[in-house]
Amino acid sequence: MGTLVEVRDLKKYFNTPRGQLHAVDNVNMKFEEGTTMGVVGESGCGKSTLARTIIHLHEPTKGQILYQGQDVTYPTRKELPALREKMQIIFQDPYMTLNPRYTVEDTLKEPLVLSGEYKAGHALDKQISKLMDMVGISKRLRMAYPHELSGGRRQRVGIGRSLAMNPKFIACDEPVSALDVSIQAQIINLLMDLQEEYKLTYMFVTHDMSVVRHISHNISVMYLGQLVETSPSKELFDKPLHPYTKALISAIPSTDIDHPKKRIELKGELMSPVNPKPGCRFLPRCPYATEACRAPQQLEEVLPGHLVSCCRVKEINKDLLQKEGE
Amino acid sequence: MKKNKDFVPSKKNISDEEIKKQSQFKEFIKRLAGNKLALFGGIVFLILCLIAIFADKIAMYDYLEVDIANKYAPISREHLLGTDQYGRDIFSRVIYGGRWSLTLGLASTVLSTFLGIIVGSIAGYFGGVVDNVIMRIIDIVQCLPGILLTICIATVMGNTFGGTIFAMSFGGIWGTARMLRGQILTVRKQEYVEAARATNNSSPRIILKYVLPNSIQPIIINACMGVGGAIMGASSLSFLGLGVQPPLPEWGAMLNDARSVMRYYPNVMIAPLIFISLTVLAVSLFGDGLRDALDPRQID
Repeated sequence: MGTLVEVRDLKKYFNTPRGQLHAVDNVNMKFEEGTTMGVVGESGCGKSTLARTIIHLHEPTKGQILYQGQDVTYPTRKELPALREKMQIIFQDPYMTLNPRYTVEDTLKEPLVLSGEYKAGHALDKQISKLMDMVGISKRLRMAYPHELSGGRRQRVGIGRSLAMNPKFIACDEPVSALDVSIQAQIINLLMDLQEEYKLTYMFVTHDMSVVRHISHNISVMYLGQLVETSPSKELFDKPLHPYTKALISAIPSTDIDHPKKRIELKGELMSPVNPKPGCRFLPRCPYATEACRAPQQLEEVLPGHLVSCCRVKEINKDLLQKEGE
Repeated sequence: MKKNKDFVPSKKNISDEEIKKQSQFKEFIKRLAGNKLALFGGIVFLILCLIAIFADKIAMYDYLEVDIANKYAPISREHLLGTDQYGRDIFSRVIYGGRWSLTLGLASTVLSTFLGIIVGSIAGYFGGVVDNVIMRIIDIVQCLPGILLTICIATVMGNTFGGTIFAMSFGGIWGTARMLRGQILTVRKQEYVEAARATNNSSPRIILKYVLPNSIQPIIINACMGVGGAIMGASSLSFLGLGVQPPLPEWGAMLNDARSVMRYYPNVMIAPLIFISLTVLAVSLFGDGLRDALDPRQID
């Protein structure tokens, strides 16, 4: 299967009183059809902004967004609706994303009617029932208001709303972070079932490493607006190459009492994303930092399908890469 | 991959008709009727309106019938609430007065709220430069004394009933607009508005379906409180020789007439006062209930 969505050198800057805030800076990403790309990183690293920029809730500052090979970076007013039907979003907080004055039916009906495919009538009613079935909301809740539903059910309604337009690409912006762990599993399984059935492509934004491991085929790690590493999911957990990813992976609590993991503790402060200096953004906290890191960093393919943006990656991972070479 | 087993469809087969039955409008009426105070307010207001409409059937005298020999008559069987300085029957005048007072109070409040909602939602939703320009204009208008502004407009529009209504409503637009804008600024940031954009809602539709319903509550209360103020405002206008002209029995104007003789003939003042208070109370209670009934979160 080919690439469904691709972003090239995408930038999203916000103007603040103190200068330009580089929320997303030169990000390159490819979303293969039918797969899930996990995007991880700490709070404020621009993962949500990236998701919202890709589905055109924010206008990109620079760069390109391609959908099935076509440039859709700045869609016209006429093109935008059709594009939105193909690219949808699931939001983080199910308490905030549903209109408190809409019943479940209203919420699901709206995208169907606005897409122009359905007019009021039996077909529309049936499609709403079908959607409710798909995401697992029982029929009796059709006239319920959001405040009458539990968090998991609300999130199901949110997913139903995104699916109503029959999209190909769905950006999931921390869809389970606000839910209980048991409900998280339900929603993730639902998302995976839907992917299998409708060949959906997900961009799965999260800060939860165990969740992202479970659902993703590929994972991208972001740090302060930049992509630092991208690789197949399993490989990232086995062989993290970038110093930041190493620290991130080492922070996952281990359940193995005999082989406790050595945690890499990061020192120093996050750089300000406002008017950042060129060069590696991780520099102030990186244990391997040298003078060479002050130059702008390039994303480089170190192993097949495994890209890292660090000028010292080969030095740092000498042992690991040598083993790979043999 | 695991199938999603967590979802167990409900065993009962509920037909679509059954679900449809609980329509939103019926729910709304049910909530409103369940609120005893609101119901009381609504009924009192309805009675006041009916009294005004059928004034010619209820009143025993014409509101212009002068009987100088009988001025300041006490309460009696001929004159239920006594007479005023020209010997006109106060009861009849108060009954007829509802026609002018209620219309003025309601119409100017409705108009100012309506215009305020338009101005406020444009400023709040679009933000940025649009917001800045509108808010600065509001700042300037609000700096001017309200009564002065009303007098100016009433003078320009002439002494027509419609002109008076507009002049009265003009001062109220800005407070409503400012209040609504503040509400909208908080609602606009909510994720469901972003979700609405992602599902191809147009801007006017988002304002109407998402932003306004979720920010309108204080506006409804404000408008209901405003009815009383508008009735009093109308009386100040007629006192200044604008608006409703004597000898028409507008409630505020009647109050003004009674002011000088309040200490000797309190009955002249009490009748219009009671009617104004009753109206304000009824509308406020009803508005309070209306706000609660419009909010689906209020039912349990």
